[in-house]
Amino acid sequence: MKPRQSNFWKVFSTPLVIALLSAAGLFSALLGDGIWDALSWVGLGVPAFLAIKGLLRRG
Amino acid sequence: MKSKTIRRWSFIHTWTSLICTVFLLLLALTGLPLIFHHEIEHLLGDAPQVREMPADTPRLNLAQLVEAAEKHRPGEVVQYFGFEDDEPNAVLTIMAKTAGTEPNSSHTFMLDARTGEALETPSANGGLMLFILRLHVDMFAGLPGKLLLAFMGLLFVVAIISGTVLYLPFMRRLQFGTVRQDKSTRLRWLDLHNLIGVVTLTWALVVGVTGVISACADLLIAAWRNDTLSAMVAPYRDAPPLTRLAPATRLLDIARDVAPGMNPDFIAFPGTRFSSEHHYSVFMKGGTHLTSHLLTPVLIDASTLQVTAVAERPWYMDAMGMSQPLHFGDYGGMPMKILWATLDVLTIIVLGSGVYLWVVRRKAAKPLPLEAAA
Repeated sequence: MKPRQSNFWKVFSTPLVIALLSAAGLFSALLGDGIWDALSWVGLGVPAFLAIKGLLRRG
Repeated sequence: MKSKTIRRWSFIHTWTSLICTVFLLLLALTGLPLIFHHEIEHLLGDAPQVREMPADTPRLNLAQLVEAAEKHRPGEVVQYFGFEDDEPNAVLTIMAKTAGTEPNSSHTFMLDARTGEALETPSANGGLMLFILRLHVDMFAGLPGKLLLAFMGLLFVVAIISGTVLYLPFMRRLQFGTVRQDKSTRLRWLDLHNLIGVVTLTWALVVGVTGVISACADLLIAAWRNDTLSAMVAPYRDAPPLTRLAPATRLLDIARDVAPGMNPDFIAFPGTRFSSEHHYSVFMKGGTHLTSHLLTPVLIDASTLQVTAVAERPWYMDAMGMSQPLHFGDYGGMPMKILWATLDVLTIIVLGSGVYLWVVRRKAAKPLPLEAAA
């Protein structure tokens, strides 16, 4: 059996990247307009896209 | 993770979620139209139309605007003047019978800053959008309603954290994003609940926590009045009540002099809850994008027009200021509003699927003699 540590990263690495992206998205639009707004659309767009993709996929 | 640990977290997740779900559904459903309140008010024709005039048309001074307001609503006093960046030719005006009248009994409208003409803003005083807003803010139950919703928000945060902990044992053998389609409806929704829950985690946490902070705004303002404000106006404690106020004409210039680089956000008139009995408070906002959400009050003696103090901002007032954009999602244009609405709907799906999973598991856990008999 693998050590628990690797299990943790296997499960949480992708969600962690998404969480950091969303956090960057939430924060960036507070800093300015234009490029900062666009960054926030990407940061919040990724989780929205992944969730909708999961919902729409039918086997 | 030991199975006993999993059972404990599972218990926490189940019950914190179940208790807050009804309220969270109410908040998510009422929050949806509120994201677009500006656009909806325009569609309903409730947004005031400020007249087109040449850009160099002279503007009235604040004392003239106070006069115009009092002429428009005789017998009432001005509580607040607000300034909005996207409508520089109008001043948001809030009036009531007395300066201390509670916010829900006040009347809000706009004054044309050049003519003093009053422009009604019906959606700020009644109608469908205000009804939805009250449902969202306090369920028409005042402070107890706000505090109940704040508590539900805290349960929501605990549910999110415990859900994240449980994500590990559930996903140990699955690739990220797996949605099992062929096994059963329950497994499909379990996977979707985990997937949507984990990707919307940060957003839901931020909107949840900032919602809790906003729901506690009344308490934060009371705390600010008690420590910061009362210390600053201590010398005025025994002063007799003011019978007339010095004219408001130069308030903004006075405030700009002591708060360079900042812009006025709103003026609280003497006797309102954002000021003292003896002061005009001019709330100045920072000059940069980020600091424009942080307010610094300048207290101006309402009889001598001398500056009494430029207040320090306690951290909790800054937290309250930053919570507003992060809760409303109104700081990144229309694409952000659409994403905000999408994430809100996704949260509704997570809430709904959570209830569904609980019901299904309960049915599976015990035999149902009644159903068998029927």
